[in-house]
Amino acid sequence: MNNPNPKTLYDKLWDTHFVGSRSDNGDLLYIDLHMVHEVTSPQAFEGLKIKGIGPRRVDSIVATVDHNVPTTDRSEGLRGIKDTISRDQIQALQINCHDFGIDLIDLNDLNQGIVHVVGPEQGFTQPGMTIVCGDSHTSTHGAFGCLAMGIGTSEVEHVLATQCLVMNKQKNMRISINGPLKKNVFAKDLTMFLIGKIGTAGGTGHVIEYDGSTIESLSMEGRMTVCNMAIEAGARAGMIAPDQKTFDYLKSKPHSPKGNEYEIALEYWKTFHSDENSNFDTVHNFFAEEIEPQVTWGTSPEMVIGVKDRIPSKEDYTSQTERNNFEAALEYMGLSAGDSLENYSLDQIFIGSCTNSRIEDLREAAEILDGNVISKKIKRAMIVPGSGLVKKQAEEEGLHETFISSGFEWREPGCSMCLGMNPDQLGEKERCASTSNRNFEGRQGHLGRTHLVSPAMAAAAALAGNFIDISS
Amino acid sequence: MNKSISNIFSGEAVFLDKANVDTDQIIPKQFLKSIKRTGFGPNLFDAWRYLDKGDLNSDNSKRKLNPDFILNHDLYKSCNILITRENFGCGSSREHAVWALTDYGFTTIIAPSFADIFKNNSYKNGLLLIEIDKEKIDEIFKQITEKKTINIEVDVHNQFIYLEEKQFPFELDDFKKKFLLDGIDEVGFTLQHQNKIEDFEKNYKKTVPWLFK
Repeated sequence: MNNPNPKTLYDKLWDTHFVGSRSDNGDLLYIDLHMVHEVTSPQAFEGLKIKGIGPRRVDSIVATVDHNVPTTDRSEGLRGIKDTISRDQIQALQINCHDFGIDLIDLNDLNQGIVHVVGPEQGFTQPGMTIVCGDSHTSTHGAFGCLAMGIGTSEVEHVLATQCLVMNKQKNMRISINGPLKKNVFAKDLTMFLIGKIGTAGGTGHVIEYDGSTIESLSMEGRMTVCNMAIEAGARAGMIAPDQKTFDYLKSKPHSPKGNEYEIALEYWKTFHSDENSNFDTVHNFFAEEIEPQVTWGTSPEMVIGVKDRIPSKEDYTSQTERNNFEAALEYMGLSAGDSLENYSLDQIFIGSCTNSRIEDLREAAEILDGNVISKKIKRAMIVPGSGLVKKQAEEEGLHETFISSGFEWREPGCSMCLGMNPDQLGEKERCASTSNRNFEGRQGHLGRTHLVSPAMAAAAALAGNFIDISS
Repeated sequence: MNKSISNIFSGEAVFLDKANVDTDQIIPKQFLKSIKRTGFGPNLFDAWRYLDKGDLNSDNSKRKLNPDFILNHDLYKSCNILITRENFGCGSSREHAVWALTDYGFTTIIAPSFADIFKNNSYKNGLLLIEIDKEKIDEIFKQITEKKTINIEVDVHNQFIYLEEKQFPFELDDFKKKFLLDGIDEVGFTLQHQNKIEDFEKNYKKTVPWLFK
């Protein structure tokens, strides 16, 4: 029998968390998990203190330090952080967590790491949840069939105080990708390819559900990489319906339900998928065979090409605004129109970030590096694992030996050079192959030049000293 | 906590002719280390505005300004309305971007489109965002290029902007309008609906007991 009221995954997440409308028509959405880090929270905690109130549900909050932390020796803990302003911010989170009784995964905890790596690997992230964090890459958690969104600091304060986020329902977008990925084409290439196709504002006002055989074939790590960059396509949330891989992943995680409770949760989780004939406002379809290893050439994630393609020319753009943007990006990046990216030497290599710092990413890089040494052109190459657990796992597998012997620095976990809030930064005009998510001007360092790539491409580029075609 | 805005106000406009201006450009990462909500104005568009690299300890009055950047032109130094291209405020969720814009003195931003998180952060801080079509933005750009300066009047209640003899309507959610005009403390306002939250929670806890510790 036909379902008279088919719902999308997003519809179901919305309906199960809809508290009601306020008198001004702002909808209240109940939040299950609130992740907190040091950069976007101090002003929110200050707001609570001024109002004389505390968090509504301390059991729904997890805090860690990641954006600002050094990735070099941390044996001296907080005292060892030389940048006093960074130290103050980390200390502010410690004090706030202490004052409000919030669990903090602190600097020298084995479980510390990038908040979007920690959540899933600890089992905090589960299907059917609403998740927020004062960080736009919260979309990562959507890989588990969650509604996971980045929020601003005022919203952090609001969720702490009320357990609710105020919003109005957004539109449904479905992006289907089918078929097998080519050799050495990964989830990162897939997600960058999609941004190139729909643009950085393509998903504005929507939440994106990714589906199709290509998505199904991805590991949980790969799915997280895809959803992580939904925000780079303009969508506050990206999501993938949970399946057996999701359930298996969660079974052994410390904070996922256990025993009989797992069985009950499992039945609940299985209801989170889009029903047949459910209605999407916008639909895109792609074939995985079209996707080559991707490299960004410009200063926006949509400025992306296959590694064998030529950098665009002015003639490729129709409007004056687009041409202006193109020329500004080309000049900033120090590139020539119509040229091949293989012709430019690289200065630095960064493998890490909430997009690509999980164990699978590290294995992917290690496989390429295996026994080889990085090019003399490279001034610095570093690998920053996403968490203490990822680091431990990699060391158990001996991956760190491959990295170190090939010339990479093996660092402590954190956001590191993805945004360069700590000392890990590019110098002026230095060119970097980076597995992070934003190639914005100055993102990795003042006047630094970022090319976004997969971990395999970053590793291959480290060996060659420039980008090379890894698909053959 | 929220600043309220006037029902009708006017101001001089400056045109930033760029699309996809991201929040990393609006306020670069080194300034996010501050644990305050104020003082970000001097570092708005820092990498475009100054010729050197600044940080939280810099004395901005001693730094060399980039003479080519539009906000540094004498004509536009005291503008309070920013007009720009599509997808303004994309990227990071940092509310510091909005704090920098308001601290600098901007009351209103007019563009064909804005990024979603930036939109939410704006209305919570009394920054009015006005979306109008690309073609109309082109028209305003043409006018500003010819006349150098233009004055814009904003009527928030009736949702119109007026410039010279032209008028353009704009959309604004009811709840955003209320917050902008009344400057309500949103946490306090939501807590007036606490019964709804408690009722929801009671039922929801029965559905997903494992999420409550």
